[in-house]
Amino acid sequence: MKSLTFTLLSEPPERLDMSPLAPARLAGMAAREVEKIRLGLSKRGLMVGDVFRLSGGDASTIIFEGGSRRFDGVGTGLNGGTIRVAGDVGAQVGRRMSDGTILIEGSAGLHAGSGMSGGRLEILGDAGDFVAGPLAGELAGMSGGTLIVRGRAGDRAGDRMRRGLLAVLGGSGDYAGSRMIAGTVAIMGASGRMPGYLMRRGSILIDHVPEMLSPSFVESGIWDSAFASIVDRHLIEDNILREPLLHRTVRRYCGDNAVLGKGEILISAEAL
Amino acid sequence: MRGLKVNGVTIDDTFAEAFGMRATAVIVTAPTKKWAIEAARSMTGFATSVIGCGCEAGIDVELTASETPDGRPGFRIMLFAVSTDELQKQLLKRVGQCVLTSPGSACFAALDASDRLKLGSALRYFGDGWQISKKLGGRHYWRIPVMDGEFVCEATTGLTKNAVGGGNLLLLAAGNDQALVAAEAAADAMRTVPGVILPFPGGVVRSGSKIGGRYKGTIASTNEAYAPTVRGQVASALSEDINAVLEIVIDGETSEAVAAAMAAGLKAAIELGPERGALRITAGNYGGKLGKFQYHLKDLLP
Repeated sequence: MKSLTFTLLSEPPERLDMSPLAPARLAGMAAREVEKIRLGLSKRGLMVGDVFRLSGGDASTIIFEGGSRRFDGVGTGLNGGTIRVAGDVGAQVGRRMSDGTILIEGSAGLHAGSGMSGGRLEILGDAGDFVAGPLAGELAGMSGGTLIVRGRAGDRAGDRMRRGLLAVLGGSGDYAGSRMIAGTVAIMGASGRMPGYLMRRGSILIDHVPEMLSPSFVESGIWDSAFASIVDRHLIEDNILREPLLHRTVRRYCGDNAVLGKGEILISAEAL
Repeated sequence: MRGLKVNGVTIDDTFAEAFGMRATAVIVTAPTKKWAIEAARSMTGFATSVIGCGCEAGIDVELTASETPDGRPGFRIMLFAVSTDELQKQLLKRVGQCVLTSPGSACFAALDASDRLKLGSALRYFGDGWQISKKLGGRHYWRIPVMDGEFVCEATTGLTKNAVGGGNLLLLAAGNDQALVAAEAAADAMRTVPGVILPFPGGVVRSGSKIGGRYKGTIASTNEAYAPTVRGQVASALSEDINAVLEIVIDGETSEAVAAAMAAGLKAAIELGPERGALRITAGNYGGKLGKFQYHLKDLLP
């Protein structure tokens, strides 16, 4: 059976809640039933059939031919299977996903990968602010899995992250890794002002000197790091990078000493 | 027990008797091959026999930079013990005292198994609060600050209960030179087999033992049946033409690995012929009563 494919008919006139269109929910459903699922968030109440033309039937892989900035919550709670969007998505793609893979071929809005705990979310374009971060009032952001932004990420990427790997390949905005609890954020390209703002533990790995380093980080010298080699190798073997990020020698900044201070920013010595 | 002759070398119709053991493996790396060797030798030192050393350990294979987790030169090291508890104890002592201490070293799991032994998850306490836990791609590492940077150590490594200890070959020769040449050739050939270690010095033992002795409290004593200098006074296993005997002991991750190593050693010793190497090859056993595994020499011939 061919993959379940949703072909976009035209740009939707309202924001859509895409969270019902997940493999676990659609498995075994008839196309006619799927077409009646309500997606619209206004009184207009668009249903799947109003927005998409359906084809295929294997719901373990879901393909969206055409995306939109109005697609919110794509892949929410995904716990297996694959979702691919040939286009952009809106806010909260991969929200609280725990397994499976999501590939966004365009760009994503705010809170991409918010609170994800496992699986792999890959965004080929840019991502908005608070990638991997928690929603307001939540104690922790991303707690596992792999999140890759091949373009640029907005401000506060990896906010309150607890575990897992966030890789941003096209530079990031300000305060990357803010309030991190633990985990790993790797940033290629220019990282904005004050990465690691109020981070407790965790690692921020960068290949450029940041625009401005927080004064509450202290420098701890350069050394030949076996850990840097392990990270580089992992990033390459996991098809995240083609070239090493850190190389063998790194400079370490410890912080944020305004809080616990057990986090670190590792900067490739090649950048210095 | 007299068997057949291959290339002029007499092969006894007998078998090596071996025992089930617990084993684990780690990869030890360093900035250069020299320091990887230092760490590996130190960790596998004084680990010839479980009787007196607690475990048997050795280098399984050298790894190139591209084969190790951190892209540096390293060695795969195997440890064998009679119980899981003892293996755990020896692993932590040896990695803690010999690898953690060695310049630039790092230590990784090298055995895939659901049974796990603690590695970095116990050694991390050396970090005294400054240790860092890192999880990458399903693997868990500990980073411990030390005087030349960090000791990176994987949290756990695998444990196998299917390991075999005590595979052996006895090489009987006309003189000491020939015995040594045969033993070196056999040991070199066995080292090329993956998943085995030869725990004795250079892989070779010259003090074959029997269980017990005439003195109270003796666990093991010389096996005089194979000691040529008392040949005239004891029930000797040696004919008049034999003046030196050397043994090779093999521990393997699996029974198949032990058999493959014995076959490789036999082939190398036989190829030397009786003039340059061993006149006769036999194996040690306890009549088949003690060990779970038996390796018949006639089944392993080239």
